Amino acid sequence: MLELIVTSTLNGVLFGMLLFLMASGLTVIFSMLGVLNFAHASFYMLGAFFGFQISRWFGFWPALIFAPLLAGAIGAAVERFGLRRVHRNGHVAELLFTFGLAFAIEEIVSIIWGKVPVDFRPPELLDFPAFTIFSTNYPAYKMFMLAVSIVIFVGLLLVLKRTRIGLIVQAALTHPHMVGHLGHNVERIFMLVFGVGTALAAVAGVIAGPSLVTQSNMAAMLGPILFVVVVVGGLGSLPGAFIASLLIGLVQTFAVSVNGSLASVFGPLGPDLAQSWLSDIWNVTIAQIAPIMPYLLLVLILIFRPMGLLGTRET
Amino acid sequence: MTELASRVAPPRPALSDRLKFYGTWVATALILLLLPQIFTSGGSMTTFSLVGISIIFALSYNILLGQTGMLSFGHAVYYGLGGFLAIHAINLLGGNKWAIPLPLVPLIGGMAGLFFAALIGWVMTQRSGTAFAMISLGLAELVASSALILRTFFGGEAGISANRTKLFKVFGLSFGPQIQIYYLVAAWTLIAIIAMYALTRTPLGRMCNAVRDNPERVQFVGYDPHVVRYLAFCFSGFFAGIAGALAAINFEIANSAYLGAVQSGTVLFAAYIGGIGFFIGPIVGAIFVTILSLGLSDLTQVWQLYFGLFFIAVVLFAPGGITGLLMMHRPLIRAGMLSRMLPSYLVAALPTLALVTGLMLMIETIVHYTVNPHEDPNRVAFGIPFNAASPLTWAISAVLIVVGFVLCRMAWARVGQTWDETLTAARAKVHAL
Repeated sequence: MLELIVTSTLNGVLFGMLLFLMASGLTVIFSMLGVLNFAHASFYMLGAFFGFQISRWFGFWPALIFAPLLAGAIGAAVERFGLRRVHRNGHVAELLFTFGLAFAIEEIVSIIWGKVPVDFRPPELLDFPAFTIFSTNYPAYKMFMLAVSIVIFVGLLLVLKRTRIGLIVQAALTHPHMVGHLGHNVERIFMLVFGVGTALAAVAGVIAGPSLVTQSNMAAMLGPILFVVVVVGGLGSLPGAFIASLLIGLVQTFAVSVNGSLASVFGPLGPDLAQSWLSDIWNVTIAQIAPIMPYLLLVLILIFRPMGLLGTRET
Repeated sequence: MTELASRVAPPRPALSDRLKFYGTWVATALILLLLPQIFTSGGSMTTFSLVGISIIFALSYNILLGQTGMLSFGHAVYYGLGGFLAIHAINLLGGNKWAIPLPLVPLIGGMAGLFFAALIGWVMTQRSGTAFAMISLGLAELVASSALILRTFFGGEAGISANRTKLFKVFGLSFGPQIQIYYLVAAWTLIAIIAMYALTRTPLGRMCNAVRDNPERVQFVGYDPHVVRYLAFCFSGFFAGIAGALAAINFEIANSAYLGAVQSGTVLFAAYIGGIGFFIGPIVGAIFVTILSLGLSDLTQVWQLYFGLFFIAVVLFAPGGITGLLMMHRPLIRAGMLSRMLPSYLVAALPTLALVTGLMLMIETIVHYTVNPHEDPNRVAFGIPFNAASPLTWAISAVLIVVGFVLCRMAWARVGQTWDETLTAARAKVHAL
């Protein structure tokens, strides 16, 4: 039991931090431009595939630096030549633009790298067990993932709260005209924030690629969960996104390891449902419904706290 | 005084207007009736049935997006649940020999869509805009993943199938041959189009538009925007359920793909590409997208990529969709000045065509090297043969893209200028009359 709790907590925190790496970029972009970037998970996927390709040519460490830079540059270009153009047509048009973009990126990736998973491995330097808990070896690479996530989280907080750049960015969120009058190029700030946000997603892609599966539907698998994180945490709230990421990471990993069902708990009391279609609900294990846990959480949050955990506004 | 009165109650339409209005519906019905006489092959019957289903689905989607301003990423939920309920209804009715014929089954699907929309909608429609879009996405994922867990009802990956010919027969129709299914779909399409058009004319339809444009003001007038959105959502679910049931009848099967993200994305593409600002827009879009997706797959392997790029181009350059582009020209036609635009359109068409051809050549060449590099480099895409391995192809594609892009910018800037001038002249002419 203790073993299960310890390993599930570790895995849950790990997955949660990865989610947060992506959700942080998404949240910052949302609060600046007012649009949820539907293609954000696609930049995570681009990061993973660029990382795979660069690590094949030059090794893993250059990939960790250049893949996010490349994806961030693409992100900045998307803002400059796409989003800025549709901005005047309203938020729905912006959301639709990123939706189309996500669709196109998935198609392009599956054309270039195929639909089957690619062989993206952790670097040899980190290919050893870091420590052993209850006879389970813990790979060093997972610890490295955790470390990178934490470093970026702390770095992001420091930049946003303690530096001049962070001050300008925060001011541009609420008072873009005033910041413009003070002589800052607000359009360029938006472009840079979009680039940095997508680059953060790509960092998550590079470090998650070797550990999870790198394939052309990874964006479509993770994208919806990412939006659950953002809505549950409260739209536009960075601390909220942090709590929601960890919550969803933990809920999902714990659910996977629990094998109980309604039938196993209430079995002796329950009526005989073997024949009716309710037997599905009766017999399904918690491990089986782990994939839909985030969405259940979303529905519950919407019913009981529509603005999200730490959100301040309704929309 | 007369001016004031005319603002309060619009004048009764003139006889010619009413004739035009009813004439349009009669003409539509006649076209639907005569189509199978002109295109007699089985393939075209299937295509027409699919187009009809997709028209109902796209119009029901536009009740949300175009008329009430709610962007949904999960509209397939009501379509799919309507389809599943219809399949179960067919099995139940056929098994028990109840006297309910197949043409009424879409109504059961519609009721299913209405029921689930009414159930889920109250929480969802509390908010609009981005939040609504995200919630609809989350709920769609929830339902789609549940479909794979609740195997008895949804049939797992294989889905649930039924036999539509086993039902109670009316007028000796067995609904085995595709042509009978076509007429069934066509009849329901006409009924649904008329019903949804009538809905836009009701006070509720008008309030939906008001909620889309300015929810605060609607609240001041004394209506609750949440209730208006909820009602629109329920109607939309009802018609989506009808479309789903018709699809289930057409294929005699319902599976989890009916509920999935692809289905939700396709209807969004169809409604938006057609144009969400006009009632006829989603109809145009549904016809266009269905025929394109059936036809493009023969022309190139990577048709979905073209599809996505086309959608992005529409969002970027023609936010009104195809219908919006056409309707822009109405004032010019009324003033008889359309011919002034034609020369600059023709001038702009050439470099645009060059740019598009260049991009297609580039995409197809890349596809050759990544998807099947060991096959014959002499490829055919869109009926144009080319050699993907030849440097000449690359050079031509590069020249077409670069030169086409530069000329395009110049030509379209000119089109914009001519447009402004012509529109001003047309307005002056109409005012002078």
